[in-house]
Amino acid sequence: MIAIALNITIAMVIIAALLNVYRLIKGPDAPDRVLALDTLNINAIALIILLGITLESRQYIEAGLLIAVMGFVSTVAMAKYLKRGSVIE
Amino acid sequence: MMSRLGFPQPYLSLTLFLVWQLLSDGISGGSVVLGAVLAWLIPQITRGFWPQRPAFIKPWHLPGYLLRVLLDIVSASVTVSVLILRAREPRSAFISYPLQLEHPLAITILASTISLTPGTVSADVSDDNKTLLIHALDTDDEQAVIDEIHRRYEKPLLEMFQ
Amino acid sequence: MSAVAEYTIAVLLLVGGFFTLVGAIGLARLPDFFTRLHGPTKATTLGVGAVMLSSVVFFSSRGEGVGVVEILITVFLFLTAPVSANILAKAAMHIGVGTTGQTRGKPWDQ
Repeated sequence: MIAIALNITIAMVIIAALLNVYRLIKGPDAPDRVLALDTLNINAIALIILLGITLESRQYIEAGLLIAVMGFVSTVAMAKYLKRGSVIE
Repeated sequence: MMSRLGFPQPYLSLTLFLVWQLLSDGISGGSVVLGAVLAWLIPQITRGFWPQRPAFIKPWHLPGYLLRVLLDIVSASVTVSVLILRAREPRSAFISYPLQLEHPLAITILASTISLTPGTVSADVSDDNKTLLIHALDTDDEQAVIDEIHRRYEKPLLEMFQ
Repeated sequence: MSAVAEYTIAVLLLVGGFFTLVGAIGLARLPDFFTRLHGPTKATTLGVGAVMLSSVVFFSSRGEGVGVVEILITVFLFLTAPVSANILAKAAMHIGVGTTGQTRGKPWDQ
């Protein structure tokens, strides 16, 4: 039961990640690419959690936390670079 | 002199301390000490970024507000899913929302709420903190969106902060 | 593991996967940047939240304690998603990203 749902969910998240990669390559503008990277980050967190459930282990959750924090900081940094031309003024 | 060494942001310090306890595996002597150090140090370092201490007048209204926002997030996601999966082009619009809130923290909370709830993303605040620029994904009636936001979210925030 | 817990976990997983996928579809097929902003901020965030919740139910029903870290990640994502969207919208307005012809109103330029 859980195994079937888990496989379907993993497939859906991977398709979602591929769609994000499509937007990342296609653009057309820089903010689109940053947004695609940000969404890709969130999908990576989902995949890590799903991996944790598949392997019945909680060791990987800390990696999800790190990706969440780093992803937010990098998104803000890139958006700030696009807006101002520099990250730290 | 004492005030410079104290806790300029008691709520922030408390939150940091509690989050640190939750992050470490179980509460131990080490995590309590390190949590206390972080709870003291981080507000000291970030002191310059907080222009004024956030002032809740009625903090006990906050849980109810958060619960309503949480339910709205679920309905918002369903609404947006329907819009995304439908074939026709969305009729999007930029809307200028006149703010009645004055406190910066209250405006931040309102803007975040708007971004997470049905069909709207807050894009910018004007320099004088009087107007909020909102992008609505699919709407026919700008005034209806403004009234809805005012009724559902700004009224409770006004009660909480003013 | 009880049957109720199993059904809950399966439903939460499927709901989470569905919303994540819908967010990505929105990102891929909506016409301009500002409409694309809506999918990831709402649908994807809720999708990952549901997946996290299923993980919390999964490990607590196995008697391994409540996963506080998952809840913290979820809260963090819900707090940061609107901020990322806001700052990206500001950057896009500054650059002057185009909107579709159907969009009413204009972004500011200040």
